[in-house]
Amino acid sequence: MYFFKRALYLIPLLLVISFLAFVLVRVAPGGPFDKERKPASPEIERNLKAKYHLDEPLWKQYARYLAGLARGDFGPSLKYRNHTVNDILLQGLPVSLSLGFIAFGFAQAIGIPLGFYTAVRRGQWADYGGSFLALLAVCVPGFVVGPLLIMWLAVKFHWFPVGLWETPWHAVLPMVALGLYFGGKIARLMREGMLNTLSAEYITTARAKGLRESVILWKHAFRLAVLPVLSYSGPLLADLLTGSFVVENIFQIPGVGVFLVNSSLNRDYTMVVGLVLLYAALLVVLNLLVDLSYSLLDPRVKHE
Amino acid sequence: MSDRTLNGRERLTPSQRARRRFMSHRVAMASGAFMVALILLVLAWPIFSQPTFAPHLPQALTWAPDKLNDAQFHPPSAAHWFGTDALGRDQLARVAVGARVSLLVGAVGAGVSLIIGVLWGAISGYVGGRTDSMMMRFVDILYSLPSIIFVIVLITTLEVLVKQWMTKIFVGGAPEAVRLLFLFFGIGAVSWLTMARIVRGEVLSLRTRQFVDASRALGAGHAQLLFRHILPNISGVIIVYLALTVPSVILFESFLSYLGLGIQPPMASWGSLIADGAQQINPIRIYWWLLVFPAGVLTSTLLALSFLGDGLRDALDPRANR
Repeated sequence: MYFFKRALYLIPLLLVISFLAFVLVRVAPGGPFDKERKPASPEIERNLKAKYHLDEPLWKQYARYLAGLARGDFGPSLKYRNHTVNDILLQGLPVSLSLGFIAFGFAQAIGIPLGFYTAVRRGQWADYGGSFLALLAVCVPGFVVGPLLIMWLAVKFHWFPVGLWETPWHAVLPMVALGLYFGGKIARLMREGMLNTLSAEYITTARAKGLRESVILWKHAFRLAVLPVLSYSGPLLADLLTGSFVVENIFQIPGVGVFLVNSSLNRDYTMVVGLVLLYAALLVVLNLLVDLSYSLLDPRVKHE
Repeated sequence: MSDRTLNGRERLTPSQRARRRFMSHRVAMASGAFMVALILLVLAWPIFSQPTFAPHLPQALTWAPDKLNDAQFHPPSAAHWFGTDALGRDQLARVAVGARVSLLVGAVGAGVSLIIGVLWGAISGYVGGRTDSMMMRFVDILYSLPSIIFVIVLITTLEVLVKQWMTKIFVGGAPEAVRLLFLFFGIGAVSWLTMARIVRGEVLSLRTRQFVDASRALGAGHAQLLFRHILPNISGVIIVYLALTVPSVILFESFLSYLGLGIQPPMASWGSLIADGAQQINPIRIYWWLLVFPAGVLTSTLLALSFLGDGLRDALDPRANR
């Protein structure tokens, strides 16, 4: 029931977001047809505006847009003629989503073992080195890692392709560039969780019973220590999916992210509103799912 | 020392204890020294870059622009420690000039987020009741929005508008200042949410304490209670979180500048320098110094700031006593 209410609550939220984005792009000076054949005759511009209903009052345009949205139609793109926003999003979204999920897997795959290892070796050199690596990963943003990887591994040594999205081989560098930061974050969370768990009393009990260290670590400690990582995974996935557009720009990956900055600069009204709505919807739905999974994983969490 | 407690330990005020704990944190001290050195470098740069000290001004071109070659790219050498860029400018000078913008945005953006966050959180927690739940619901909504996307749309759309206003109000006003203002306030305006939540939680627990009741009984007004009695008690938490906000603001700015939405040439920030370096990647000759040095300085600054934040947390968090 609680989640049903939360889900209903998302609809007005997304409406407000769409309205804000809708008004914001329209009050900005310039229009989508400024870069048309110059000098554009006034007739051409008037006809173009009439075709896309841009000559109507703002509230009427918004009502028309909402009516389209209700049918699942994001409208035509004003810059990429003969393409609807739906076309463009449907083409790019699978790429963006797979990049996000691959990076998610990568971040988990390096973060959890690193955090586990540094916690087990607490206070030793392996801990200091590993923790430093995790912190370093958190301090190197994707737009630094990406160009560095391209410069050395792709351009200099030719180990990887420089860009584009064709074979699995093409996915390696974007995956590292996007996932490294989050891998560091997960490692730090995992280390913290592991240290907290290892100082719990039931671990002392398990030691007193004479259980083998590997059993204690894997069977008793790990299961609880991984919970903070699990609860971070929802926001992480949302961050990866909405934050991937820089990496898409760096590696020229044909996802949806490459359109964000350009459409916004080109005043491609329908594209901008569509993209903002898409990202916002992804984020709020993922957050809702995270909250839902909390109550499934941890019976102590109850929602009124 | 004559001033000893029963168990023979020195009697210290909480702030003295915090200072001691911080001083014993060697990595944090080293990071602090790094940041101080960086800030001094930035402040002193206008003097250093005078022709008497350095003949290689950042603006001075060391190549013939009419000839098409790549002689302007000097690898790092004794004359140009960080090499030279695509226009033959000294890269060290560019990084130093970029540091000014990056650090300034970090400081001002964090300051803006501090003011909004502390006021919002303190008022919400202090007033309580329906106001509190309304204000916090608003924070929740903002939390669920993709802030990066909104800032990008905001900058690309509203900037031209504000520029037009500015030139109308101040005849011949500085349009490049608009972008800087946008960066300051735009980034600050999206990074205050966590601060507000933290402050609200602390204020909520402090306002029912007896010393607050006592000063209320003595006739203290709301403003006095809040600013004189409650906020000083949570200054430690605020400082720690502020120290963590600065690197994230710097990161945000360099991210926008990398996308070309931040600082515009000929000004520079670390993000725009990294973008310039990435632009020069080509299969024929690798100008690694264009990428490695700005990236290295950015990363070391972020590292130093997070070590500093860790040290401050250990020093100021009363639970870290053990």
